[in-house]
Amino acid sequence: MTARNRELFALIPATLLVTAGFAAVFIQRDNLLSDVSLTYGAIFLALCLAAHLVLRMTLPDADPYLFPLVAVLASFGLVMLYRLDEQLAREQAQWFVVGLLFFTAAIVALRRDHRVLERYRYVIALGGILLLLLPRLGSPVNGAYLSFDLGPISFQPAELAKLAIVIFLASYLRDTRHVLVIGARRFAGITFPPLKHLGPLLAVWGTAMALLFVIQDLGSSLMFFGGFLALVYVATNRISFVLIGLGLFALGARALYAIRPTIESRVDAWLHPFDPELYEREIGGSYQIAQSIFSQADGGFFGQGFGQAIVQLGDNPPILPAAHTDFIYAVITDELGLMGAVAVLLVYLLIVERGFKTAMLATDSFSKLLATGLTAVLALQVFVIVGGVTKLIPLTGVTLPFISYGGSSIVANFVLLALLLLVSDRARREAAA
Amino acid sequence: MNAPILKLFGLVLVLFAALAGMTSYNSVIKAEEYRANALNKRPLIEQAQVKRGVIRARDGSLLARSVKGEDGLYVRRYPEAAERFSHAIGYDFGLTIGRAGLERSRNDALAGETDEISSIVADLSGRRRIGDNVITNLDPRAQQIALKALAGRRGAIVAIEPATGKVRVMASTPGYDPSALRDPQVFKRLNRTTNSPLFNRATQAGYAPGSTMKVVTAAAALDSGLFTPQSTVLGRSPIVVSGVPLKNFSNKQFGAIPLTTALTNSVNTVWAQVAQKLGRERMQEYMQRFGFGSDPALDYPDGQMLPSGVYDLKKEQLIPLDSRRVDIGRVGIGQERLRVTPLQMAVVAATVANGGVRMKPRITSRIVDQDGRTVRRIEPERAERVMSARSAAQLTQMMSDVVREGTGTAAALEGIEVAGKTGTAELNIERRINQPWFIGFAPRAKPKIAIAVTLENIVGAQGGVVAAPIARQVMQELLR
Repeated sequence: MTARNRELFALIPATLLVTAGFAAVFIQRDNLLSDVSLTYGAIFLALCLAAHLVLRMTLPDADPYLFPLVAVLASFGLVMLYRLDEQLAREQAQWFVVGLLFFTAAIVALRRDHRVLERYRYVIALGGILLLLLPRLGSPVNGAYLSFDLGPISFQPAELAKLAIVIFLASYLRDTRHVLVIGARRFAGITFPPLKHLGPLLAVWGTAMALLFVIQDLGSSLMFFGGFLALVYVATNRISFVLIGLGLFALGARALYAIRPTIESRVDAWLHPFDPELYEREIGGSYQIAQSIFSQADGGFFGQGFGQAIVQLGDNPPILPAAHTDFIYAVITDELGLMGAVAVLLVYLLIVERGFKTAMLATDSFSKLLATGLTAVLALQVFVIVGGVTKLIPLTGVTLPFISYGGSSIVANFVLLALLLLVSDRARREAAA
Repeated sequence: MNAPILKLFGLVLVLFAALAGMTSYNSVIKAEEYRANALNKRPLIEQAQVKRGVIRARDGSLLARSVKGEDGLYVRRYPEAAERFSHAIGYDFGLTIGRAGLERSRNDALAGETDEISSIVADLSGRRRIGDNVITNLDPRAQQIALKALAGRRGAIVAIEPATGKVRVMASTPGYDPSALRDPQVFKRLNRTTNSPLFNRATQAGYAPGSTMKVVTAAAALDSGLFTPQSTVLGRSPIVVSGVPLKNFSNKQFGAIPLTTALTNSVNTVWAQVAQKLGRERMQEYMQRFGFGSDPALDYPDGQMLPSGVYDLKKEQLIPLDSRRVDIGRVGIGQERLRVTPLQMAVVAATVANGGVRMKPRITSRIVDQDGRTVRRIEPERAERVMSARSAAQLTQMMSDVVREGTGTAAALEGIEVAGKTGTAELNIERRINQPWFIGFAPRAKPKIAIAVTLENIVGAQGGVVAAPIARQVMQELLR
């Protein structure tokens, strides 16, 4: 069976999932099985088929599992959003259309050779940094500069900037990886990169630190910097470089912790979520994380079922805030239990596995580093938000890719998927040849 | 570069395993603890999503119901009639101030909390969970008369059916409007108010019982076989008890008089000597049989009942009667540091009336489901035999003498023979502040109702003058 036929068959479970999911929500809500669930399923199937046809025509050899896996997450996200707020689900469906347009555009533009991106690496890097600076023009949300109002749309540039940064780093490290390794010196048991090439690395570290101070959000900074370290590690195979980088990041984070009260209060809320004083505090308190945990505790092993989680009562302020974005994982755990939540994590893990597999198959260094970076950033994003929601690490607001509500997130992650598929198509064709 | 990519994937696996581990920790391993967390209102919200059953009086009148609010949660409403029963019924505002009274003790039935299996079956069969209705033994007319007779003074009245333990009246003044507690500010304010309207004096207030305690002493005296109603004891005054002189009321002198006469005239020195003769252990034994020393067996929240007995007033702890610190002579006449609840004294009267068998008092009559089927009938339940039927009959005779010709004549009903005992605990002799009491039952031959009445801090008044007439009015209504 060809790769594309496999992909086509793999899309069937995703479509069934969305149909069954909507049916479950309808039954729960109105005690009746409406054929509207079939309509939703049909529309979703049509969208998937359209994307599939694009892939069939442009990237016939690309990995057959990546797209269906993303479709599973997307359909799952749609059902969750529909259950929270029908209007949000409709908007999200429109964002999927926009995301798929960007997905198609990226593939069509880069299908001859995605390595043309290398030529524009400084433009892309600059663009990414400018994107990250945009929110500074507005006012902070929860103490962080993450979103930018573009007319009626609130735009989160960090989502797109993560792509720009990965593209730049993949290209930059392809050039410098050899000199970084060859010129390295051992000092006090640690291998240091050569001083004259340390400059650019320090520049990247400095940029990441500057970003940390500019956007004042530990979560997205951790995502960027983690992606950077993953790439440095894969490019040089030197764990010591990673440790040095981590040490530097910790220093920067410590400095920010000292000067920014928002970060300190987030750490406090993480350490003592049930402290009554922190719980009652209006801004920067632990109410959100405490409610997230209570919500998960309601879920148990198998969950309460679609539509059963306590999220909001009437028009009162929500019991669980930001259920459609930051805390959607808590709602998933509440309604589908540990089983459902772990299933979602497994889907992400499968995507990550396909991503790294693509990187390993790729023959040129840029493609390898690009696929690794994109995959690592995606995995880190899941880790940062799910870790925050489950109180594994302090909470910072990033979206759960393909599931959380949010246009910029959907668009950026579909472009990420397009890039992975582009790398995969070339790698698999060359491997087959 | 493939080796580091594989290691990187290994790291991602570890990180995701940590996520799955943390999710298990939150949703399964520590779930019980998180659900019990005081900050977690979710279990309360779940309860408020279920329509709670109604509470009705004996005659069917509505005392509490639930109405669905705009936020989809049910809120408790209390009709005007419920205000009379505010202490017995209590309140349920689970999300804000909590619950009390019968609303608390019968919460499982009212909230429809059944076991896990049957609720899963109900879920599968598509039936919405709904609470059961609670029908009480409370009598609105008698309750109203009781409250009117208390006339705004602080005090309490409890009336029980002796043979069944059914609580027909449970009045405590001042009361409160349970509907007003929907506003948590009102609750806060009432909690601070000096006359404690939220406090159920019938079950929670420990009062000095005065001479009503002599009924317990007499029961012990007769049933132990050491005394008969005709046994004579010298009633001179004062005598020295535990090193301190004890006087009769008005320092009245009596010669060698039978116990019957001593009860009719409430002679302190006689009953103190009887208690001393009975001794600590025997007194302890009989008091325990009557239910002293532990929470009454009422279907009411533990936190809202006070065990009766001798208290260390500083530590607010019960002292066992065999302690050397206890002056048993004065316990026998209701002095010492004896503290009793009106409910306990009503149980004492009911036990004598029921031929010496103590029944468990019950506010609830039955639990009925939404289709009107009785899910559970609260059958009369015997606590224990306190004294022989013979001793009870002798004591009944003695108590009816009290009402016929002694201190309790004001409790007498036309055409119905009443048995009873008055009490007047002197709280402040100089300022003549008393705690008047009356306990009793009627009709004497086949008792249908037993009662305890008491009022706080009444200047100069005797139990026979203030409390006995109130008991008469309430019994009259209940015997109609």
